[in-house]
Amino acid sequence: MLKNKSVVSIDDVSDEDILEVFKVSDQMSKLISEGKKSEILSSRIMATFFYEPSTRTRLSFESAMHRLGGSVISVSEASSSSVAKGETLADTIRMADAYSDVIVIRHPLEGSARLASKFSSKPVVNAGDGAGQHPTQTLLDLYTIKKEFGKLDGLKISMVGDLKYGRTVHSLIRALSRFDVEINLISPSILRIPQHVMSRLPARTKITISDNIEEDIENSDVFYVTRIQKERFTDQNEYRSVIGSYSIDGGLAGKMKKNAILMHPLPRIDEIAPEVDYMPQARYFKEAANGIPVRMALLSMILGGE
Amino acid sequence: MVDKTLKISKIKDGTVIDHIPAGKALKVLNILNISEDVSSSVSIGIHVPSGKFGYKDVIKIENRFLEKIELDMISLIAPEASISIVTDYSIKEKFNVELPQTLLGLINCANQNCITNGNEPVKSEFETISRNPISVRCRYCEREMNYKEIQASM
Ligand SMILES: [Zn+2]
Repeated sequence: MLKNKSVVSIDDVSDEDILEVFKVSDQMSKLISEGKKSEILSSRIMATFFYEPSTRTRLSFESAMHRLGGSVISVSEASSSSVAKGETLADTIRMADAYSDVIVIRHPLEGSARLASKFSSKPVVNAGDGAGQHPTQTLLDLYTIKKEFGKLDGLKISMVGDLKYGRTVHSLIRALSRFDVEINLISPSILRIPQHVMSRLPARTKITISDNIEEDIENSDVFYVTRIQKERFTDQNEYRSVIGSYSIDGGLAGKMKKNAILMHPLPRIDEIAPEVDYMPQARYFKEAANGIPVRMALLSMILGGE
Repeated sequence: MVDKTLKISKIKDGTVIDHIPAGKALKVLNILNISEDVSSSVSIGIHVPSGKFGYKDVIKIENRFLEKIELDMISLIAPEASISIVTDYSIKEKFNVELPQTLLGLINCANQNCITNGNEPVKSEFETISRNPISVRCRYCEREMNYKEIQASM
């Protein structure tokens, strides 16, 4: 049960809660596609604190709250106001407690959302803490896969790109390890998955590490591509060669199974060529759109709408 | 052959910290704030041959008995350390240090980007994941720290 609970990490969401999120997200998707609006959170206020810009995530949360009839107050440039005055996050959150029913926070420092949840009597939803957790992204990724295949068990899911720093990948791998899936990790050697992520997976997790993108793209049900950030490389020539061999173009995407899907947390830079957008496997825009019903589901479960 | 037992003198009342990893005695003294505490005389054995570990360090402190928090700190540097409480030249009590399940405010998170390294009104908080080898996880940023990283942050 997520009622009145903070969601800081995907570990805060139980297996039953994940299934419930899937179910409620389906209902919310239906509501959206029928052009209907719900009023279940009409008396509720969501406060968003974004200490770093992420228009897409913020709009997705705000849209979700509005579609449920709730109100939104937001400090979009939180960094320029309270932080500039030297106020601690703890104090900001203690104050926010009084004027909202749920707090959504994005902050550049890891552990910030956990800290916020300790100083707030209202539930806190983590919308990304530095290189830490981003549980709503994980939920929408899971939901996208579930919606496409009707299940997660038995699927082969390949993850490609920056598996070292990418927070979405770490929490997605942890969440996937709760299901009976085959996880395949493909990355350049300097961007391999860190040991601290691997060591937290249950022993029964079926996981392989590969560097053969051509072979893996042919036999995967889900091909999840992540952004490779230039800043991670000291040698820009190395960056260019990595980008060259890890980007997906029409030729590579054409090797995918007919019913396989290609995902990306967006925004993309050069990882997926624009020509791929029109291929039947491209699912990243749909994936991003799924963020709204999933966040609606989460907010309604936390705030306990009827 | 030198009699190994003569290397460190016996104490009348106080604490013996034995089985400290070789070379870590000074770090332990640092934690106990020995240089400030003039009421205790201290003898230190560094690189003492030991059957169990090859070499070890030993510390004997007169007239000082350790607090729980000090024992917890020692357990992070010397997870195998044994503590003997000496009264009138005889060992009254002997036990091993034990790494607690929760470490509150004992060490700083090795993750420079962790919120607990800022000026927030919170103590660092770690959960013990494994005792041998030592591994603890930050309850805020969820990063794990190994023995080496723990040493560097103390
Ligand atoms: Zn930390």
